[in-house]
Amino acid sequence: MTFSIFLQQLINGVSLGSLYGLIAIGYTMVYGILRLINFAHGDVLMMGCYFAFYAILIFSLPWWVSFPIGIFLTALLGIAIDRGAYLPVRKAPRISALITAIGVSFFLENLGLVLFGGRPKPFHRPPVFGKVLEWGDIRFLTLSLWIPSIAFFSLLLLLWVVYRTRTGRAMRAISRDMETVRLMGVDVNRITSITFALGSALAAAGGIMWALKFPQIDPYMGIIPGLKAFVAAVLGGIGNVLGAALGGLLLGLVEILLVALMPSLAGYKDAFAFLILIGILLFKPTGIIGEKLPD
Amino acid sequence: MDKVRDRILSGFSVAGLFVFLYWAQGNATEYQVRLLNNCAIFITLAVSYNLINGICGQFSLEPNAFVAIGAYTSALLTMTPAEKQLSFIIEPLVWPLNVISFPFWLSLLVAGTVTAFLALLMGFPVFRVRGDYLAIVTLGFGEVVRVVANNLQSVTNGPLGLKGIAPYTNLWWSFGFMTLTLFFVHRLTGSSFGRAMKAIREDEVAAEAMGVRSFRHKMMAFTVSGFFEGVAGGMLAHLITTISPVLFTFFLTFNLLIIIVVGGLGSTTGSAIAAVLFVLGGEALRAVEEPFSVGPLQVPGIPGMRMVIFSLILIVVMIFARKGVMGREEFSWQGLINLIRGVQESGVQGVK
Repeated sequence: MTFSIFLQQLINGVSLGSLYGLIAIGYTMVYGILRLINFAHGDVLMMGCYFAFYAILIFSLPWWVSFPIGIFLTALLGIAIDRGAYLPVRKAPRISALITAIGVSFFLENLGLVLFGGRPKPFHRPPVFGKVLEWGDIRFLTLSLWIPSIAFFSLLLLLWVVYRTRTGRAMRAISRDMETVRLMGVDVNRITSITFALGSALAAAGGIMWALKFPQIDPYMGIIPGLKAFVAAVLGGIGNVLGAALGGLLLGLVEILLVALMPSLAGYKDAFAFLILIGILLFKPTGIIGEKLPD
Repeated sequence: MDKVRDRILSGFSVAGLFVFLYWAQGNATEYQVRLLNNCAIFITLAVSYNLINGICGQFSLEPNAFVAIGAYTSALLTMTPAEKQLSFIIEPLVWPLNVISFPFWLSLLVAGTVTAFLALLMGFPVFRVRGDYLAIVTLGFGEVVRVVANNLQSVTNGPLGLKGIAPYTNLWWSFGFMTLTLFFVHRLTGSSFGRAMKAIREDEVAAEAMGVRSFRHKMMAFTVSGFFEGVAGGMLAHLITTISPVLFTFFLTFNLLIIIVVGGLGSTTGSAIAAVLFVLGGEALRAVEEPFSVGPLQVPGIPGMRMVIFSLILIVVMIFARKGVMGREEFSWQGLINLIRGVQESGVQGVK
């Protein structure tokens, strides 16, 4: 494998990895604060793509208006899911919340199937993302520069919210002990709704980037990114935002490089992510950055 | 006295079931026979899934993997070499599978054993984690199995799947195996092993402190579950006669999850009842997908609405009726008699 091919795959890997990272930080934030694996994260991602898609299609808005609208509507969807489905089972045992999350995930997928139809739809890729850049032997889309930048800025934004604002302080407190925070006079339900709104907005941003990279959207598109984002989050240390970003990057790089080195195993690339997950859970369950594994 | 009465009543019910099956074999329409077969297979699947999820309390999402393994193993073993030649057009089947052809009962046994063995292997990494992680790891295994089935062209024929499997499954096989499963699971749950599993479900730390070896019992539930799911998968393959990786996605696990949750996590009877409701309800809800009229309103048929309704049912059950239909209780003849007496009494009082 020549150096330029390796560099090409490295760029592909960073592009894919930062995409996984962007989706993972929303996932891990919700888990860190609520201890809930939001199975529906991938499907919220899917809804974000469709919102943006229809904003462009029906209202003919330019992409730099419809993408933020899609993200905003998805944040509202996240709040609706939290209030409608997760709030009533907050006091219930963890299994109930998990089953409810699975139910919401399937509900969104099938609702998407009913509302949008199962046929994949083409997602518009604005020219600014689609220009091909060349550097010697290596070619890549401007998208491969946009995705890491957006992921990086989202990470900074999230870190700022969680560590430098009052709401963020409440979020961190809730992740330690929800009951005591309630006693301190904090409206826990409001904070969790904000958490979900933020997580869903990040999912939508990740989803739109995903749709720009793989420009076909269908109601089941969110499953694989959602699962891989979970693997990335566990890889980096579940509950840790920085860990999720790093985990995503690592996962993307490993996936691309494994396929580049052994092309005959390309069909198994989805299985790699799960094997990595099982390996991590066996040998270093706290992940790379490492936080205590909750009981 | 009660025990004798119970035994007699159970014996009569089983005999009655088989008389009904004998009648159905000759007289029911093909559609009804297919529904009955589906019911039996789903009852088997639900009851064995309930063993690991509801009774042992380990929330796992593995059935689609085990059903897939059982189905493929059983199908690969019963198909004649000629049939295999027809299916494997891209890459020939690997030796010795392409020359052997077992009888149905043997292939089911092998399928169950292979699945149970794989469950045993899987259990070692899987039970190192708990709770949410267990769910995701088992989900991951399910996906790995599906991806492998999709890609291992020389063994599973990849995305083309296997077609032309002989339709060996009939009412006797499916209901016979279902009765065996119900009997086995019922006896297991009532035994000391079952009590240990329930203890693990309630509070694993306390159970360990009481001397229950939790890993051993979790493994037991997992492998038993795997065996029955594998055999049920084999029967499913010989009912549908065509299998491919798309049949065994997370969708199947999700359906089984709805069944055991609605029936009551931890109740074998509940899972059985819910499985029947699911199969029949799924057929009845087909009406939603055709145009129908509610009074003066003409409601257009919306394809796919069935699964939306099922997911809504799951969410609603989790929010409002978490215990499901049977909660944790099992069926007992005494309970049925009490129920009938209660209805009779309230009927009499109504008349007064």
